[in-house]
Amino acid sequence: MSSDDVASTDSVHPGKPVVVDRYTTGARINHWITATSLVLLAISGLALFHPVLFFLTGLFGGGQATRAIHPWIGVVLFFSFAGLFLRFWRLNLWKGADTTWLRRLNEVLGNRDHEDPDLVEIGKYNAGQKVVFWGMTLLIIILIGSGLVIWDQYFAEYTTLTQKQWAVLTHSLAAVVIICVWIVHVYAAIWVRGTISAMTRGKVTGGWAWRHHRKWLRELVTGKQDRNTGATPAE
Amino acid sequence: MFPPLPNPTVQPTPAKFGEADLIRRSASSVPIPATMQTPVAKLIDVTKCIGCKACQVACLEWNDLTEKVGINHGVYDNPLDLTPDSFTVMRFTEWVNPESQNLEWLIRKDGCMHCADPGCLKACPAPGAIVQYSNGIVDFVHENCIGCGYCVKGCPFNIPRISKVDNKAYKCTLCSDRIAVGQGPACQKACPTQAIVFGTKDDMKKWADGRIKDLKSRGFKNAGLYDPPGVSGTHVMYVLHHADKPEIYAGLPNNPRISPIVELWKGVAKYAGLAAIGAFAAIGVLHHLVMGPNRVSSEDEQHAEELTGRRS
Repeated sequence: MSSDDVASTDSVHPGKPVVVDRYTTGARINHWITATSLVLLAISGLALFHPVLFFLTGLFGGGQATRAIHPWIGVVLFFSFAGLFLRFWRLNLWKGADTTWLRRLNEVLGNRDHEDPDLVEIGKYNAGQKVVFWGMTLLIIILIGSGLVIWDQYFAEYTTLTQKQWAVLTHSLAAVVIICVWIVHVYAAIWVRGTISAMTRGKVTGGWAWRHHRKWLRELVTGKQDRNTGATPAE
Repeated sequence: MFPPLPNPTVQPTPAKFGEADLIRRSASSVPIPATMQTPVAKLIDVTKCIGCKACQVACLEWNDLTEKVGINHGVYDNPLDLTPDSFTVMRFTEWVNPESQNLEWLIRKDGCMHCADPGCLKACPAPGAIVQYSNGIVDFVHENCIGCGYCVKGCPFNIPRISKVDNKAYKCTLCSDRIAVGQGPACQKACPTQAIVFGTKDDMKKWADGRIKDLKSRGFKNAGLYDPPGVSGTHVMYVLHHADKPEIYAGLPNNPRISPIVELWKGVAKYAGLAAIGAFAAIGVLHHLVMGPNRVSSEDEQHAEELTGRRS
């Protein structure tokens, strides 16, 4: 089963409470490698961004070590995120309902979205999650691109000084934006209780799915039914 | 002839300037020095240079550097560009003067200009890796250098080079160690034609005035001093026969200044960036305090149970 709202590995387990499988072990490992890289990149990058944060280079073994390791972590992040992208991009395609959701962001932020019939029938990802996904995608492309231009240890001779100046400015601004996107991502996971278990144990409760991703839950349930009944006619 | 600097005594003398004379220190602040050193300058009279490269040799000798044997690129420039070992390089340009149709051989000794407003220091993220003394010398402190290459991006003259051996940035020190004990830079000492002279910045300007008058009397009507105001002046200055077009001297910038891109990166972006990150974090905390968490209710769980129970 695969649609734009459900991943083939998602499944629902009836019970009390209902348990819904949201992320496979592979997806979770992939996510946490990406997350660790992003945090380490933010710390090492901020250390070189503003003098008041230079002390953070101590966490990496000093300035030279920070300078040397930061781009390599970036490479890890790029490939790790590429894995996430391949896993999740289809379910993050933009839909008309997403525009409605964004327009009524004040209801979402006011914890009133579950009262609005237009905002409850959400697939696996809501518009906020999709913005984070595409924002991360775009910013990581900008960051790896500009990062390679200023990775002087290996690539200094391939670009001009002016190109490097633009790259270093772009890199720092994109980094600021991605850290802000990351704050939104982490905060949303904390604010919307019951979310974090999706990335730790891979499961959420049925109530969480009903409240926040009802369309996803419905399709999982009907899909299960289809699978149960659909197995016989082929025989 | 410019009176040569007297040879120093053989007795060790204490350094004339040091840590207490810093007026700028990268990624950190320094107290205003109690006394200010007299600004010094190296004056390079391009019109007297014969291109012998004695200065290059003297620079390697004094700084105990060895440039690797290179390749003949078919031009006199050797090495072709500044390197982590060659802090100075003669740049040769064959230029046809459109007015006289004369072929003029322009030879410029390239190297750090020791800007009064140094872009390298502005860009440097490592505290104390680049310092500026009150006499105008801009120096790299290698034990603090992290090898990021930001100084290269900040420099309006494209001077610093990062060593592939120890990943640290190198450039002309203006022989700060020699000047500290009353000597002139090694390149100046070696120059056979006094194309390089060294002294206080005021004296160098006066000396340059005399040279410029002499050049003008010989028909170089655009002769002048290169002490670019865009970087608040430099402590390495040139006398040029064609000061109206410095770019003919192997691309000497006409109006050098710290790039606006670098100014933005090291100015507004640095503060606005941290402010934006702080604001997002603060909004998160505030939202949680005001709105509280978004919790799944028991009705939600019930609905889910009904939905799955009915269908399966």
